[in-house]
Amino acid sequence: MIDASTLWIVIIGLGLGSYLLRFAFLGLVGDRPIPPWLLRHLRYTAVAVLPALAVPQVVWPQATGGAPDAPRMIAAAVTVLVGLWTKNVIAAIVCGAGTLYGLLWLLG
Amino acid sequence: MPSTTAKTLTPRRAFWKGFRDGTPFVLVVGPFAVLFGVLAAEAGLNVLEILVFSVVVIAGAAQFTALQLMTEDAPTVIVLASALAVNLRMAMYSASLTPWIGAAPLWQRAIAAYFVLDQSYACSIVQFEKAPDMSIPARVAYFAGAVCPVVPVWYGATVAGALIGTQIPESWALDFALPITFLAMIAPMLRTPAHVIAALVAVVVSLLAAGVPYSLGLIIAGISGMMAGARAELWADARRAAA
Repeated sequence: MIDASTLWIVIIGLGLGSYLLRFAFLGLVGDRPIPPWLLRHLRYTAVAVLPALAVPQVVWPQATGGAPDAPRMIAAAVTVLVGLWTKNVIAAIVCGAGTLYGLLWLLG
Repeated sequence: MPSTTAKTLTPRRAFWKGFRDGTPFVLVVGPFAVLFGVLAAEAGLNVLEILVFSVVVIAGAAQFTALQLMTEDAPTVIVLASALAVNLRMAMYSASLTPWIGAAPLWQRAIAAYFVLDQSYACSIVQFEKAPDMSIPARVAYFAGAVCPVVPVWYGATVAGALIGTQIPESWALDFALPITFLAMIAPMLRTPAHVIAALVAVVVSLLAAGVPYSLGLIIAGISGMMAGARAELWADARRAAA
């Protein structure tokens, strides 16, 4: 059981901290020029952070307690391939989810 | 009069374009929010606590991190530090959006900051790079449009999940909504070899750094990927200049 005061400290602290992270550049830097080297790095923010967030969950999924799992691996591969091929986010999600449910049903 | 192409998107049309581009994310934000509600209810939180959690923090991955650590009785400082580390990417998104909407009025940026999410960021950065001639108000309107369908679903589906509680069978494999969403979002973004290198380096480092405590592996991997991408871009530019 989570202690109520701990929970509220976490909710409020995490809320304030997250807002400050989001406001940091947008609010405080404003329209002042950002140095080119920083911009060059920021161009790769999304393509670096999002895969780093997703791939460990593909390799060690929470649902299996961290054991690598063929349906999830294959579904992830299908999602990436369809995404690369169609450049369509929803098509990639639908194909990935379809693959996952199909394989879980077949193998489960 | 010259024709009205994407170049002259009015704020109103930009808003609706953002709305259309953001709407598909409902399909993935919904299940993700339901899952948070379900897991939080299982951890003993009540509906109000779960809703406030989602409204105040509005960041799924960080919420899951915090929830996980709290159920493990981790020290509060560790819970906060880890969840904020997961959210460091929001500062990166904020910085990445700044060249595009940093010239908007402060009150608009202050509101927009709250709505910097994986989805709104992903949509907007693609649109801004594709149509660099959009005016500042049109960009802000596009961003607002992309947020509008997603956020009510985030709040509402959280409550739905909280109410459903522990009744969802594990066979639904909702856990995989997040990785699939992120992978689907990434693939169309891999436009140049430098983007591919950034993603590959980030993936390798994230796997190697999986044992690093407090989710800091994610930050290390993200920064490594960004540095690799920037290096690759410089290298490609130099080769092009030499050719």
